[in-house]
Amino acid sequence: MSRQQIKQSLAENISNNFDAFGFSRRDFLKFCTAIAATMGLPFSMSKLVAKTIEDPTRPPVIWLHFQECTGCTETLLRATHPKVETLVLDLISLDYSETLSVAAGHQVEQALHDSMEKNKGKYIMVVEGSIPIKDDGIYCKIAGKTAIESVQEVGANCAAAIAIGSCSSWGGVQSTFSNPTGATPLHKILTDKPIVNIPGCPPSPYNFLSTVLYYLTLGKLPELDDKGRPKFGYGRLIHEHCERRPHFDAGRFAEQFGDEGHREGYCLYKLGCKGPETYANCPSILFGDVGSNSWPVGTGHPCFGCVEEGVGFTKHVHEQSEVKTFTPGSIYPDIHFEKEGGITAAGATVTAAAVAAGAKLVSDTAKKIGEKSQDSSTKA
Amino acid sequence: MAKRITVDPITRIEGHLRIDCDIENGKVKNAWSSGQMFRGIEEILVGRDPRDAWIFTQRFCGVCTTVHAIASVRTVENALNLEVPVNAQFIRNLIVAAHGIHDHIVHFYHLSALDWVDVVSALSADPNAASKLAQSLSPWPNNGVQEFKAVQDKLKKFVSSGQLGIFANGYWGHPAMKLPPEVNLIAAAHYLEAFEFQRKANKIVSILGSKTPHIQNLAVGGVSNPINPDNQAALNMERLYYVKTLIDELEDFVRNVYLVDLAAVGALYAHWLPYGSGVTNYLSVPEFPTDSKGTKFMTPGGYIKNGDVGTFKAINSFQDKYFMNGVKESSKHAWYEGEKALHPYEGETKPYYTDFKEDDKYSWVKAPTFYDEPAQVGPLSNVLAMFAAGHKPTQKYATLALEKISAIAGTKVGIDALHSTLGRHAARCVRTNVLVDVLRENYDMLISNIASGDVATFNAPTFPKGEQTGFGFHEAPRGVLSHWIVIKDGKIKNYQGVVPSTWNAGPRNQNDKLGPYEASLVGNPIADPEKPLEVLRTIHSFDPCLACAIHVHDNKRQDTIRVKTLSRFN
Repeated sequence: MSRQQIKQSLAENISNNFDAFGFSRRDFLKFCTAIAATMGLPFSMSKLVAKTIEDPTRPPVIWLHFQECTGCTETLLRATHPKVETLVLDLISLDYSETLSVAAGHQVEQALHDSMEKNKGKYIMVVEGSIPIKDDGIYCKIAGKTAIESVQEVGANCAAAIAIGSCSSWGGVQSTFSNPTGATPLHKILTDKPIVNIPGCPPSPYNFLSTVLYYLTLGKLPELDDKGRPKFGYGRLIHEHCERRPHFDAGRFAEQFGDEGHREGYCLYKLGCKGPETYANCPSILFGDVGSNSWPVGTGHPCFGCVEEGVGFTKHVHEQSEVKTFTPGSIYPDIHFEKEGGITAAGATVTAAAVAAGAKLVSDTAKKIGEKSQDSSTKA
Repeated sequence: MAKRITVDPITRIEGHLRIDCDIENGKVKNAWSSGQMFRGIEEILVGRDPRDAWIFTQRFCGVCTTVHAIASVRTVENALNLEVPVNAQFIRNLIVAAHGIHDHIVHFYHLSALDWVDVVSALSADPNAASKLAQSLSPWPNNGVQEFKAVQDKLKKFVSSGQLGIFANGYWGHPAMKLPPEVNLIAAAHYLEAFEFQRKANKIVSILGSKTPHIQNLAVGGVSNPINPDNQAALNMERLYYVKTLIDELEDFVRNVYLVDLAAVGALYAHWLPYGSGVTNYLSVPEFPTDSKGTKFMTPGGYIKNGDVGTFKAINSFQDKYFMNGVKESSKHAWYEGEKALHPYEGETKPYYTDFKEDDKYSWVKAPTFYDEPAQVGPLSNVLAMFAAGHKPTQKYATLALEKISAIAGTKVGIDALHSTLGRHAARCVRTNVLVDVLRENYDMLISNIASGDVATFNAPTFPKGEQTGFGFHEAPRGVLSHWIVIKDGKIKNYQGVVPSTWNAGPRNQNDKLGPYEASLVGNPIADPEKPLEVLRTIHSFDPCLACAIHVHDNKRQDTIRVKTLSRFN
């Protein structure tokens, strides 16, 4: 059988399996389109996604746990597209995971070494948890090795690494003052490999899954910001996409849990919401695939900035945040639309008045926007 | 001459655990349990705002997510004598019960089933026979020939890919594997299906808790969920009915799949019922408060000595002195200074690492005691206590499970069989069935309270000058959890967590008595010391969670950590 024929027969096999599970080929392609859309890819890419998913060789992944709580692995159990069983059985070959590997002790260590040997330079290393470096790293040992040694050994021959969660991305909860164990992020230990940081405590599973699918599909890592985070997940402030933003702009705030403003769904800024200084897609992607309001602000709790170093686990939950974006004046913007005969007299009057009255405001705002775009460009 | 085996890492658990056993004549003669990771979160809490503590402590663990958040807010409320609106209790209870159901399902199917189920053997099963068997045991609609055939094809394809991933080097064909291929196929199918149902349980947690793992709807004094049936940004009828729908779906799976699979595994491994009892002092606490003070509970808890349910002594409220005065922790065999067992309010933890010294210090986990004795915690302790207290739903589901096991095994299996490795699995399943009832009742209570016009969810805390102490407990999926706090002038002065896996995974205590993991391993059969599957069976039956177990607080802020010896490879 030629390679082409093998591929053909495997592809058919997969299609047949979809049938057996009650999925049609059409459902499958719809799924691929959804994945492509999640990653901000054009529709035409969905066929490439399908091809990648059907490719018989599943890329090897080695998943290491250090100073962590397994919350990042747990978050994958909640994902629906793809589901964890699809990820592990169909998309990747998870060759080592302390949480999911059936084998233990010597048997699982053997599986780790077999995969590293066989897939030298080709596997993806995922790291969950920070690495304690104080006192020669004694605060975390697996199979007799310190976390530092494991990272160096497994990291040496990985194609790329993904730091999942705030702990691995910037140190997380145990790295905050007084950091008793010297908890350190992956990128400070492994310095010569491409690393994608997926912070969050835990992050949305889709920020991790979409990174993996991006890599599988496009053969490269997603565009990253200056902190090594994928732009599709961390490119905007929570504040810029929050459904409660209009209340902020209008000056309507909840002052205490359960008060009238809180029960009306007003802005949580005065309760200490860190949305204005936290870059994450929580308000657009939500959590748990259960529809509206399923994220912290949606259930009435201020964001505490779990994604952001220097905010999460550092600032007090009810401490006022630093608003990193400009605040527009509370005037209605003009609506520009082409109309035969030009703008109406009434419209012209309003526009002229707005220009006169708002001149200073506009110039101030423009200045702030200028500062902001400078800020963005350094971020990018 | 005993042969020493070291299993490191123990997989399919949370955290980093190493188990050492001496094997003689095919049985475990002696055992040591060693936690291998330390983070120091309690130390980080010192000086912070007590209202923030739950955000930090929840990160003790992402598997036992929610539980350390719940225990922490209860602890601060206890220190302040702050009552909580009943709506907040009901919302917390719904989250706790739903999370517990998810956790128990994942533990049984995804973390421990493969100690008993041989997936490779499922490849040679006859799907027709499997379907016939499954349908004779349960009305579950997905036990058809087509379903089992599809799963078998999926497994075949996976195995023939040559990339075994998480299944690589598993214990396939191990002499201790005894299930017929058809039962293995049924279990493999339900392994996959269970993923779907644990997601449903998590959806309840997400709807009410905003996200999971690590909910973010709590507050010292209540919950952050605004209740307003006339608002789109609050807990309203649409959100609530979504919860109700999920409860219905979960109930089907728990009653018709989980309970039946548990009974089948229990019955077909009946020869394992004599193994794994270990420490038979059982500690649990009451859970699911229905009043604002925490004096009325839906499920009872208490202490049972030496496996005798007649000795049951109830723990009655969030202020219970019998519980408060009984808890101590010993560092004699843990990598901290000192030998004396100390009460958590006085707890001190100065790291003192010596590497693995089996006669001296060998773990980051301390050894907790209840009135100076080791105690086992977890669903088994909880179920025995509820049974002893005459809790009707527990008696109903325990009887049902034992009857099913007896029917399949063809021999009478009584409640005494629960003092075992398999008994811990059975108790977890009984508890899951009880939790479904708890979910439903809390839902009804929440709805009728809202209908009566009560929408309160929060009482604001105030922190007086001076010093306050408080504790909070919680019957978590892995057993008794307690947090202990000393607050001074509105800031945390001391914080300590005494958690389920510390009770169970702890090393020898101040009197050199074995911890529950260690004691339960002694006497276990070991067919092949090179592949110690039986060790995994017993350890997994506790549902280990090591991130939780290891934590430290040093109230004197000692910065230098003394390291006696350090070897890079042991």
